[in-house]
Amino acid sequence: MSNYNVLIVEDSPTMRQLIVFALKRIRGLTIVEAGDGVDGLKKLSATKFDMILTDINMPIMDGLKLVSLVRSDPNYAAVPIVIITTEGASEDKERAIALGANAYITKPIQTTQILDVTRRLLNLPA
Amino acid sequence: MSEQDDDKSASRRAEEFLQVFKRGADFTQDLLKENERLRFSLLQLEGQLKSGSNADNEETIRMRKRIEELEQQKEEILGRARRVEEENADFANRYVEIENENNMLANLYIASYQLHSTLDFREVLQVITEIIINLIGAEEFAIMLLDEKTNKLQAVMTEGLEISEVPAIAIGDGLVGQMAKTGENYFIDQMDNYERDFHHPLVVIPLKIKERVIGVIVIYKLLVQKPKFAEVDYELFTLLAGHAATAIFSSKLYSESERKLSTIQGFIDLLTK
Repeated sequence: MSNYNVLIVEDSPTMRQLIVFALKRIRGLTIVEAGDGVDGLKKLSATKFDMILTDINMPIMDGLKLVSLVRSDPNYAAVPIVIITTEGASEDKERAIALGANAYITKPIQTTQILDVTRRLLNLPA
Repeated sequence: MSEQDDDKSASRRAEEFLQVFKRGADFTQDLLKENERLRFSLLQLEGQLKSGSNADNEETIRMRKRIEELEQQKEEILGRARRVEEENADFANRYVEIENENNMLANLYIASYQLHSTLDFREVLQVITEIIINLIGAEEFAIMLLDEKTNKLQAVMTEGLEISEVPAIAIGDGLVGQMAKTGENYFIDQMDNYERDFHHPLVVIPLKIKERVIGVIVIYKLLVQKPKFAEVDYELFTLLAGHAATAIFSSKLYSESERKLSTIQGFIDLLTK
């Protein structure tokens, strides 16, 4: 089984725990957590990640800023990025996709949604 | 002479006649023989035909029987296939149910885990807020605690609105006060076109330790992508009603004991110096 590094950038410990809980059902994932965008960027520079899941509303650096910075890095130009947010308006989604996000999940989340999107973006069997 | 000639002529004609008659008799004999032979051949052919027809009938009957058996087998197999399809559909439905239950249990486990992960009062309120936003999907809500001196519910944490906006409510007053008094959960019947009303919210969840109400969670607005409550939300509300109350109460007691301990320690330090 291939090993994939997945980064979760989310300021809410409750959400982080829920996402980790969901992703643990997929074998071969190494999950790293970050509490905000700046912390996320530090971790991205230290390790090569295969997928990023990020919230939008976070202190210090929000998720959209993080997405644009990640996409400007040639090492992460093609890495799948999933937005998990409370922002359910279509213009928020369009903005995130325009910045380079691959998927957009709105809260409250279902663990099955996270699993489906992760499997799809990492080309893993269901 | 002429008599003699006549006799001869008559004798010749009789001879000819006999010859003709004899040939006729022979021909008749031949015909009879041929007839006999043909009749025999006919009988033989009829016999062959009869035995052949019987063999065909037996084969036909056997084949028909086989067809019936195969038809029966086909029906059984089709029936079995239908039952397997039905079972598959049942399994698929069951799988979805189990996934939903799994999702629900994950939410409940994490909510419970987070609620009891700290003894800091503000952190407990933050955890409750996170659960209501992220797991339930509320946009505007307040956590109100009972002030035992005034017997009024006061907002201590809000989301989507200012604390000062939320009016204090006496126990027993209006819908919120009544729910706090009775300890019953309230869910509005009609969510469409609802506009925020502090005295008539979408949801009121009393925070209870056994039968004692220490506060309420009041929800005024859900996230735009959350049109109605799901089954898991009612479970989460039930969990919040008990666990959030215990977590709040424990953290308050802990804060008070820490403060008292610090005061006592101060006195001791003062006396021993």
